Amino acid sequence: MRPLALIAVAAAMCSACAAEPLAPVAAPTRASFDPSLIAKGAQLAAIGNCRVCHTAEGGKSFAGGRPIETPFGTFYGTNITPDPDTGIGGWSEQAFVRALREGIDRDGRHLYPAFPYEYYTRLTDEDIHALYAYIATREAVHAQNRPHELRAPFNIRALVATWKAIYFERAPFRPDPARDAQWNRGAYLVNGLGHCGACHTPRGALGAEKKDRPFSGGIAEGWHGPALDARSPAPVPWTAEQLFKYLRTGLDDVHAIAAGPMDPVVRNLARAPEEDVRAMAAYLEALAGPPSAERRKKADAALAQAKAGSRANGRGAEIYAGTCAACHDRGREAGSGGALPLGLGTAMTIPTSSNLLRITLEGIAPPEGQPGRAMPGFADALTDGQVKDLAAYIRSEFGRAPAWPDVEQELRKIREERK
Amino acid sequence: MISLDVNGKTQELDADPATPLLYVLRDYLQLNGAKFGCGLGQCGACTVLVDGRAVFSCVTPISTLAGRRITTLEGLGTPEKPGRVQRAFIAEQAAQCGYCIPGMIMQAQALLERTPHPTSGEIRKHMSGNLCRCGTHMRILRAVERAAREP
Repeated sequence: MRPLALIAVAAAMCSACAAEPLAPVAAPTRASFDPSLIAKGAQLAAIGNCRVCHTAEGGKSFAGGRPIETPFGTFYGTNITPDPDTGIGGWSEQAFVRALREGIDRDGRHLYPAFPYEYYTRLTDEDIHALYAYIATREAVHAQNRPHELRAPFNIRALVATWKAIYFERAPFRPDPARDAQWNRGAYLVNGLGHCGACHTPRGALGAEKKDRPFSGGIAEGWHGPALDARSPAPVPWTAEQLFKYLRTGLDDVHAIAAGPMDPVVRNLARAPEEDVRAMAAYLEALAGPPSAERRKKADAALAQAKAGSRANGRGAEIYAGTCAACHDRGREAGSGGALPLGLGTAMTIPTSSNLLRITLEGIAPPEGQPGRAMPGFADALTDGQVKDLAAYIRSEFGRAPAWPDVEQELRKIREERK
Repeated sequence: MISLDVNGKTQELDADPATPLLYVLRDYLQLNGAKFGCGLGQCGACTVLVDGRAVFSCVTPISTLAGRRITTLEGLGTPEKPGRVQRAFIAEQAAQCGYCIPGMIMQAQALLERTPHPTSGEIRKHMSGNLCRCGTHMRILRAVERAAREP
């Protein structure tokens, strides 16, 4: 059945599918929680990336208001501070658990899966308890939630009940006894709190994970979340050690600099327990599996190219030479920047031009007032024609792949957003 | 030969198309307002305007500039007759060593051309790619605010 027809039928069936409201409670006091529990909750919240979606740019932590672009419209992160009127101050732990496990708010309304309860449903009782202690002890901020701006029919909240009935699988995390403790810890964090699949797993027309192809590449706010499984587009296969370094610092010499929605993720993971990030890295290394002989050969070629630098001619190559090479091209030894040689990055090898175009136009910048690596954006320096020439050159020279079919369309989209 | 429009004058140049605009301004055209800071687009000392937008001239190859309007510090005014943003920077004595100031002025000019009355937050955000090592940021911010007030 076509997705929209499915929705219509389901809407007729399910107009009264909301759950029971849970009674409001007085917000618990800080003294009612063990400080070590709050500290544990803080580390878990860092892995869960909670602050990012629930904090507006320049706004107070967890007070909501951040726009999250999706194919269904714009969601606004909600206020999860303990303010009783506008936040979740009146939520009992039971209500908090229900939201994370079942995607239902205190009033009994279904939550949109933009809140990743598909993943949080796998959390243990102890972890949810610690998260509750942490969230309940944040500064209460009075800030009304901004209504989501969703396209019809996605703006009909009752439809979420149907969506859940079809796609939402409520199941705790089940460790694999055949694997070691570190792998299992990593699996729990990556598939639960870390909700990595939210961006790295492809989704169908109704936004549900394609469960038969987990971690084979997804989308995130206009960016492509590269595949993390054996389809990984990384020119050099990742090792657990490199993944650990990247997840902690956002940088690995032969792979990547974190950009776009991944930047806040690594900023948060820098504060998570080291052994947890190591476990995630070990799990992800195993997920990709040992590289084939052919992949190793390609990796050697990419590493050799990174050392040698580029030599091509043409319009795109000229722009690359004058714009990118000072930092990105070791063969030229022009600068002290030491930025990633482009032949090692995934933005060049993924199936869409979106990430390369976004980085080229917008650059990479740390959040306002925070330290971090920066690359200037070239949206004002380069015309559309020049960006296309540059992208074509970079794709062929460093991505070693056929031209992207979507450059025109992606470029128009990004230019439109910047207006 | 490459033809460039710099401060309203057409300049014919015989240079490698990948040459950064900054080198051409300083070495060929003796327009020394834009400074070489890092050569990597990381400090903003080389900022000029291209079609009214601030760009880092050290990472802008001249091959990208045919038919586009380039404005340098020299295009905003002269020592005898400084432009509005330049006057504001002088009035606020916004320079210590002064090396970053040409870039700061061009960045501020780009802001005010598009946003004549920026908020203090908008000024900070817009200027954040330009670095000053001496620490005259507060004076620079005041200078931009002053320029926005003046006709």
